[in-house]
Amino acid sequence: MKAGKWMLVVLAIFSLLSEEASAQDFPKGPINYMNPFNPGGEVDIAARAMQPYLEKNLGVPFVINYLPGAGGALCWSKLAAAKADGYNIGGFSIPHIILQPIFMKDVTFKTDDFVIFSIVEYTPIGLAVKKDFKANTFREFIDYCKANPGKVSCGGVGKFSGHHFATLQFMKLAGVKLNYVTFTGTSQVQTALLGGHIDASFTNSTLLTTSKDQIKVLAIGSPKRMVQLPEIPTFEELGYKMYPRIARGAMGPKTIPKDIQKRLEKAFLDTTSKPEFKAKMEQVGFVPQVMGIEESHKYLDMEVKEHLKLAQEFDLKKP
Amino acid sequence: MDLLNHIALGAQILFTPINLFFCFIGVLMGTLVGVLPGLGPTAAIALLLPNTFHVSPVSAIIMLAGIYYGAMYGGSTTSILVNIPGEAASVITTLDGYQMALKGRAGPALGIAAFGSFIAGTISVIGLMLVAPPLAKFALAFGPPEYFSLMLMGIVVLIYLASGSILKALMMAVFGLLLGTIGMDAISGTQRLTFGLLELSDGVGLIPAIMGLFGVAEVIHNVEEAIRREVVTSKVKNLLPNLQDWRDSFWPIIRGSVLGFFIGILPGPAPVISAFSSYAIEKKLSKHPEKFGTGVIEGVAGPEAANNAATGGAFIPLFTLGIPSNSVIAILLGAFMIHGIQPGPMLISKHADLFWGTIMSMYLGNAMLLILNLPLIGLWVKVLKVPYPILFPLILLFCLVGVFSLNYSQVEVALMIGFGVFGYLARKFQFEMAPLVLALVIGPMMENNLRLSLIISQGSPWIFIEHPISATFIFISLALLISPWIPWIGRRRKKLQEKVEGEQI
Repeated sequence: MKAGKWMLVVLAIFSLLSEEASAQDFPKGPINYMNPFNPGGEVDIAARAMQPYLEKNLGVPFVINYLPGAGGALCWSKLAAAKADGYNIGGFSIPHIILQPIFMKDVTFKTDDFVIFSIVEYTPIGLAVKKDFKANTFREFIDYCKANPGKVSCGGVGKFSGHHFATLQFMKLAGVKLNYVTFTGTSQVQTALLGGHIDASFTNSTLLTTSKDQIKVLAIGSPKRMVQLPEIPTFEELGYKMYPRIARGAMGPKTIPKDIQKRLEKAFLDTTSKPEFKAKMEQVGFVPQVMGIEESHKYLDMEVKEHLKLAQEFDLKKP
Repeated sequence: MDLLNHIALGAQILFTPINLFFCFIGVLMGTLVGVLPGLGPTAAIALLLPNTFHVSPVSAIIMLAGIYYGAMYGGSTTSILVNIPGEAASVITTLDGYQMALKGRAGPALGIAAFGSFIAGTISVIGLMLVAPPLAKFALAFGPPEYFSLMLMGIVVLIYLASGSILKALMMAVFGLLLGTIGMDAISGTQRLTFGLLELSDGVGLIPAIMGLFGVAEVIHNVEEAIRREVVTSKVKNLLPNLQDWRDSFWPIIRGSVLGFFIGILPGPAPVISAFSSYAIEKKLSKHPEKFGTGVIEGVAGPEAANNAATGGAFIPLFTLGIPSNSVIAILLGAFMIHGIQPGPMLISKHADLFWGTIMSMYLGNAMLLILNLPLIGLWVKVLKVPYPILFPLILLFCLVGVFSLNYSQVEVALMIGFGVFGYLARKFQFEMAPLVLALVIGPMMENNLRLSLIISQGSPWIFIEHPISATFIFISLALLISPWIPWIGRRRKKLQEKVEGEQI
């Protein structure tokens, strides 16, 4: 924490001294990367894996600061108001940054307050059931749900979250009713599913990869089968056009000068296109991506439309 | 003989210069962050993580684990010396530890905390080694209903054993539960009592609360009676626990170790809860429960052993299931992933070197910590001789910096000061802090698990009775609540209470 504090002090002095940042001499000082979640989460793992490459590429320290709170909203509200000089950037998750401004009170950021430099990875959301659950396949699961409407408990992290929306989407497409159980973190979902306290869960591929021997993974939300789970069919293969996933990467305030945006984009793209980086990410259940500013925003727009449609269909409103 | 082979393998991994070095750095860092209030192992591990990229995974995990259990050693130091818990897990140590320091027995208190931690650390490592896989299933058997009932029992036990007025303890516990409702509703996402402050949406921070209730309140309290105190601290004598201290502490340490280890396996803030439980149990079993809170060594030995043993237990779900039981373990899990190690049930067999190397390092690390901490006791005790006009501003400074460095949040600093004023007033009227802190820790978890249980059972409260483990806890809680009405137990409690109240006046 001490080093991080000093970095901040240095950073503060820098931001006072430099009038207007330009790409020529960017970056001159350490880059403050705001992490919206606790250490050890998916955003953190990706950031930590990128850190050495980014520092080499940019030639300055890449300081990761944790600002967890309100499911990320605290950090993003701060980031939206931060100085747009390229020295203040942060991690994000989609759909979190789409859903929070719509459904959460007191959130002071909007989805289009930010420029996304790069989407670094995503984790498809898959469907898994507890080991001794009566259904063994996706079809059997749907039949079971139809025979026991509202009886099957299905855990996920948070309300108005990626997991919640994946559950809603599935319920709509399959015409079934599940009992959605809201947990506060992935590890709680994992414990509950492994311990048989919930029947099913729509959860991240990282968890599914880690625990695949202790649960039954029925389907996965990637467009093609995952290399980590080659025997698991996709929703698409099973006739369900749904691709639930959580995408993560780095973003900053939208008003950062264009040339500095480009410089940061390049740093991220150089990092994420490294084969050894990709291999590392794949091993633990991520799907690594190499996406620049334009591509990332195209993806974001698509997700915005998709989620607004779902919210409308289920008549979801701010609590 | 399999075990011996494994131990040999672990020793082989550990006794290389590089791994010994990382083990030492880990425990040293751990002691340091433990001593500094506010700075916790989570922050330290997160900060050091990038420095481990270039070393082998075994070295990295050895160091990071060292920070974790090292912090539990250091956490007791400030609790005992200046009544500020270095870690949340050391809150309960302030009750008797600080009283011992006031009586000039800071040395034995620090000494028994170090020895107790060492013994507990060793017991929990042996436990980890022998029974890790079957115990992992024990953790999985705990679902939402089991957690709710366990926490309900925790609160009932704490109130039942309160030293002063049971009514005041109940008031503090209820106030803690109320404070625990602040923040975003985990089930529906609604903001409750946050007054538009996003900083409050994850609830009242535990660290600002503890630093305020203990640190700031202590300073205000002492400013009032500084003159009287100065005389007390001048007679610091014998630094190590004597034979009588050992006789009093031996069983509390053993019980605390076993208890802490089992509670450690369960997800959640295990070191905190295990320390509270150990204190409660020692008080219950003691022949002189009325003396608890006045500086008895059992009140330091048991909880300090328990919080240390809990760190060993917390590794079990990590190594056997890949489940992080708290934030520190979550970072370690992240470290596994960064180093390309697949966590999960296959870890012990696939990465035997990592598992056994880490286990062996924990034996050695505990020994290192003891050697590191014992000579320091003399030094720490001298802290008490620092004149109050210098010590108090320093304590305040540490509290302010410590809380601000957590999340760079002014709101949390303001919260801490508010808690400080509240803590000072509460102390004046003889309210205990412990029920408030425990309620604040487990309140949100208790609420969350109650609601999760009811969602799973679709509204039927019988879920708490249908699950055998949960039913047992409920039964014990009920028995404790009813017992005051059973004549002979009630009489004993009343007698005890009168004795305590008599002493306070």
